[in-house]
Amino acid sequence: MKKILEVDDLHISFDTFAGKVQAIRGVSFDLYKGETLAIVGESGSGKSVTTRTIMRLLANNGHIDQGKILFKGEDLVHKTEREMQKIRGKEIAMIFQDPMTSLDPTMNIGNQVAESLRKHKKVSKKEALASALELLKLVGIPNAEQRLKNYPHQFSGGQRQRIVIAIALICYPEILIADEPTTALDVTIQAQIIELMKEIQQKIQTSIIFITHDLGVVANVADRVAVMYGGRIIEVGTSDEIFYHPQHPYTWGLLSSMPTLEMEENELYAIPGSPPDLLDPPKGDAFYPRNEYALKIDTLEAPPFFEVSPTHQAATWLLAPHAPKVTPPKEIVRRWRLYEQKTGLKQTALN
Amino acid sequence: MNQVAMPNKLLDVQNLKQYFHPGQENEVRAVDNVSFHIYEGETFGLVGESGCGKSTTGRSIIRLYHPTDGEIYFNGEDISKLKGKKNMQQFRRDIQMIYQDPYASLNPRMKVQDIIAEGIDIHGLAESDADRNQQVNDLLELVGLDKSHATRYPHEFSGGQRQRIGIARALAVQPRFIICDEPISALDVSIQAQVVNLLQELQRKKNLTYLFIAHDLSMVKYISDRIGVMHFGKLVEVGTSEEVYRFGLHPYTESLLSAIPLPDPDYERNRRRVTYQAPKEDGKERSLKEIASGHYIYCSDDEVPFYQKKLEQKKRQ
Ligand SMILES: Nc1ncnc2c1ncn2[C@@H]1O[C@H](COP(=O)(O)OP(=O)(O)OP(=O)(O)O)[C@@H](O)[C@H]1O
Ligand SMILES: Nc1ncnc2c1ncn2[C@@H]1O[C@H](COP(=O)(O)OP(=O)(O)OP(=O)(O)O)[C@@H](O)[C@H]1O
Ligand SMILES: [Mg+2]
Ligand SMILES: [Mg+2]
Repeated sequence: MKKILEVDDLHISFDTFAGKVQAIRGVSFDLYKGETLAIVGESGSGKSVTTRTIMRLLANNGHIDQGKILFKGEDLVHKTEREMQKIRGKEIAMIFQDPMTSLDPTMNIGNQVAESLRKHKKVSKKEALASALELLKLVGIPNAEQRLKNYPHQFSGGQRQRIVIAIALICYPEILIADEPTTALDVTIQAQIIELMKEIQQKIQTSIIFITHDLGVVANVADRVAVMYGGRIIEVGTSDEIFYHPQHPYTWGLLSSMPTLEMEENELYAIPGSPPDLLDPPKGDAFYPRNEYALKIDTLEAPPFFEVSPTHQAATWLLAPHAPKVTPPKEIVRRWRLYEQKTGLKQTALN
Repeated sequence: MNQVAMPNKLLDVQNLKQYFHPGQENEVRAVDNVSFHIYEGETFGLVGESGCGKSTTGRSIIRLYHPTDGEIYFNGEDISKLKGKKNMQQFRRDIQMIYQDPYASLNPRMKVQDIIAEGIDIHGLAESDADRNQQVNDLLELVGLDKSHATRYPHEFSGGQRQRIGIARALAVQPRFIICDEPISALDVSIQAQVVNLLQELQRKKNLTYLFIAHDLSMVKYISDRIGVMHFGKLVEVGTSEEVYRFGLHPYTESLLSAIPLPDPDYERNRRRVTYQAPKEDGKERSLKEIASGHYIYCSDDEVPFYQKKLEQKKRQ
């Protein structure tokens, strides 16, 4: 498969009142043409910062300290703002996490969607408005025709989000970065939007980076999944590998925290402790203070990536050649057994 | 929880209508004749299609809008008739809202500590500066943020962190009733679990009452005692969360239940989604009718036997 984006050893920090926040501490990943890569992970782990940096939309107090972002062979890190303006919205589009902040409160939505097309394509105002209307209908704005002249505050949270999605899609971008695009939507509309995104992806081979906390949605959309923690990717693999054969204790914790519709317990499992202090990140593995499977070496040295399969890597010392064998939590054992059945691979740790 | 143990209707919404631009061409009937009540100490979950009027319902309760019609009683008092500064202040303190859009609801020019302490200051809940700081730090810790975050501005936080600032702000004034408008959908699942456990613990300790608006049906089921399903400004089904989940009867509820994504790629590949088509207007008068004890469906008189039969069938399966 063809690589369209390559992020290599990205380091990003922010200057704040309290000191330097080391938000991204060495992130590398590839994005292939036509695939959907989901990024999941703890709130504050750096999902938005990483993807905003791809768009070169970093806050004023942020710096790219190190690393490359290769898009079709060119390093976006060294592009000027003018060069980026040609790429942004046209070749790489982003659906932002806060729909309200990416909409202009003083412009009606018909014009807003049309504008974003006219910025990059030479079309008449009338044509642009017609395309806008079509797309607004596609994303499911009821009575779209009558509501073209409405302003953002006159729409519900989910409707605003759909308007933002329309803006991102109108130029048919090569890469679509969707930061929590469906979080504000109910499950039925969410399903529609996801189907719409898949349809457009099929049509024009868009590559999608899909950030979400909803692991159910990930299971539905993702070809591959990257899991982030404390400014790093700690596990990456195909959707099946992450859901049925996860290796990192943080991934285990995430998959164990979901309520199931049948559950009877009166308290949910939550990963104990709090996220790492990025002003002063721990020397070893950032997850070790919260990790019941931590080894002594975790306190000393951050684990490198160990290969589980050619498509699956995890940064945990548990995968080191001489690490002790541990039995993962109940929910994970259940998933590993499913993986055994699916692939016929035996799990030594389960015996 | 059963109703015998908590007979006090802390919130009682009767025939609430909230229209935007009423009578004009672009009239939006955001909330259209909705009635429900919430017992003290209970969690009432509100789910439904995006744009169906959930947030508007919450905003009407907190008096951000004047209802087009209908009444809202809080603790037995009609909130549109509250008189006097003292009563108003008490009301503003008793009812808090955690907003859906955390960024838009936080003043970007205020430091986090001042956002959280705003209510503490207004209601004079701190004895000294040191006490104020202590309360802010305790609240930050409670929602899983760090003391060092107190001097930052909202834009310096991730989406989920901002949401937790909103939660800390709501808790700061020790309310009795909290409207949680999608309080957790911006959080990762582990922090969702933490926040939900926190909300439940506070509820047990302080007998708090919640209106919990959300899309994540598995979480709503988990946290709610009763659930209301909304569609196009109307409540179409109300029942205990168990009943609605296992025996949801209204076709819209069925479609919602069929669309819940599960963290299981194989399941997702084979999912069958039921789509809902609202029936054509047939002139029949519909309202919430009790199909079984505590289980209500929006329907006409002659549809009652149909739903009763449907319920029997589902229970037999
Ligand atoms: N402008 C800024 N100044 C200082 N710190 C920042 C700034 N923007 C982000 N951060 C910090 O960088 C880290 C990563 O933030 P980011 O928004 O990428 O998180 P995220 O993974 O998207 O989380 P969420 O799931 O909650 O949206 C967080 O600790 C956040 O507080
Ligand atoms: N100020 C306003 N003027 C006109 N219409 C409005 C206004 N506020 C909301 N609406 C409309 O009222 C309806 C209900 O909106 P509301 O925000 O209550 O929906 P919601 O159920 O909270 O949806 P979501 O789940 O997407 O947040 C929507 O059709 C919305 O467009
Ligand atoms: Mg984010
Ligand atoms: Mg809403």
